[in-house]
Amino acid sequence: MDFRFDLISEYSSFFLKGTMLTIGLSIASILFGTILGLLIGLGKMMKNNFLAQPFAWYIVFFRGTPFLVQILLIHFAVVPLFLGKTNAIVAAILALSFCSAAYIAEIFRAGIQSIDRGQMEAARSLGMNHLQAMRYVILPQAFKRMIPPLGNEFIVLIKDSSLAALIAAPELMYWGRAMQGQYFRVWEPYLTAAVIYLLLTLSLSFLLTKLERRLATG
Amino acid sequence: MIKVRNLKKSFGHHEVLKNINVSVQPQEVVVVIGPSGSGKSTFLRCINLLETISDGHVYIEGIDLADKKTDINKVRTEVGMVFQQFNLFPHKTVIENIMLSPMKVRKVAAEQAREKGLALLRKVGLEDKADAYPDSLSGGQKQRVAIARALAMEPKIMLFDEPTSALDPEMVGEVLEVMKQLAKEGMTMVVVTHEMGFAREVGDRVIFMDGGFIVEENVPSELFENPKEERTISFLSKVL
Ligand SMILES: Nc1ncnc2c1ncn2[C@@H]1O[C@H](COP(=O)(O)OP(=O)(O)OP(=O)(O)O)[C@@H](O)[C@H]1O
Ligand SMILES: [Mg+2]
Repeated sequence: MDFRFDLISEYSSFFLKGTMLTIGLSIASILFGTILGLLIGLGKMMKNNFLAQPFAWYIVFFRGTPFLVQILLIHFAVVPLFLGKTNAIVAAILALSFCSAAYIAEIFRAGIQSIDRGQMEAARSLGMNHLQAMRYVILPQAFKRMIPPLGNEFIVLIKDSSLAALIAAPELMYWGRAMQGQYFRVWEPYLTAAVIYLLLTLSLSFLLTKLERRLATG
Repeated sequence: MIKVRNLKKSFGHHEVLKNINVSVQPQEVVVVIGPSGSGKSTFLRCINLLETISDGHVYIEGIDLADKKTDINKVRTEVGMVFQQFNLFPHKTVIENIMLSPMKVRKVAAEQAREKGLALLRKVGLEDKADAYPDSLSGGQKQRVAIARALAMEPKIMLFDEPTSALDPEMVGEVLEVMKQLAKEGMTMVVVTHEMGFAREVGDRVIFMDGGFIVEENVPSELFENPKEERTISFLSKVL
């Protein structure tokens, strides 16, 4: 088997463009997904069962259906419904955000509930209101515990963004498939894509490990 | 200062407090004793509304905690609480633990809060630990920090829920010493404890609780020397 590095280098500008979009999709979705996840997590933790229910259903739906189904549904049905016509990049970001938000909500809830009850009681007994106790006492501790599972979730998100190729969002995997079509080669495009994804996920892990170290105290 | 009237508390169908009536005068030290599960902690936690009140009233300086309109956060700034498990904030240093609430709730400037915090640490003998994290302290030191943290809010009342029960025996003394000092300075205190020596020496009044009732209350010497109720006698015979 001959491995054609020259073809890869010929195609490198497309891989670069695709990688940029993959990074962009991932960052945007991590941001939106995290914010949405926090809100849904808080929603699900509300004492009023009636109000908490819809948030629980949200999580059940997005964790219980395949991501491929979600992205196709959002691309072909949901986005056109709101924008008139569809847009692959918007659809990809929405699908990735909505899906990861369901997992992040659960990570968030588990993180908060893992903090000893006495912490909230001590904060409240010192006169802090619920919000202040959350902000200064509970969340900083919960956040530290949430970093490892959040890191996993973000890595899953980066990898899942490759499915955006199927709705023709021109990200990394899209160009990998395009290269296969153009040169009728399989090893070069897909191994290149694999290596780039690996670099992305490893960099993210590295950053999160550093953050975790920085936050470690005592 | 504290007035408890017909206080009842249930968890589901389990009635834990059954009609409690107590008054605590300013500067008084009231010690609460009783067997495990008798409702001592629940009673104490009703005084700062860490437990909701099922029925009856708790007045703090005339303010009714059972009234839905009462600003409970404001009342809690006047009522400090020290827990058996310390409950220090592990992500903050000792001095940050103490400064947090004065700064966020009372809006005291950082510099002032720090100064005050250091003074309190001096008072509990831990000035050199200001920048340590709670995890590096012994149990006795943690509890003294917890007391300093509660005092930083300048409360008028201090509640102690078995403050020495989680400590190794050799550390009990240092915490009781701080509490004794506090009593001497005129702090109004309600103390749940198994330390009968402390009750006798520092308490102005001892309350014996059992089965959700106040069975007997009296000045320490009377209650310990001449208990009147059968249940008090049998409890004291076990712990003294
Ligand atoms: N949050 C709760 N939910 C249900 N039951 C509770 C709760 N807190 C306390 N109880 C019950 O109320 C009763 C009294 O508990 P409490 O903690 O007030 O007793 P205590 O006198 O402080 O005992 P101890 O000496 O063991 O601390 C116990 O039977 C306990 O199981
Ligand atoms: Mg107790």
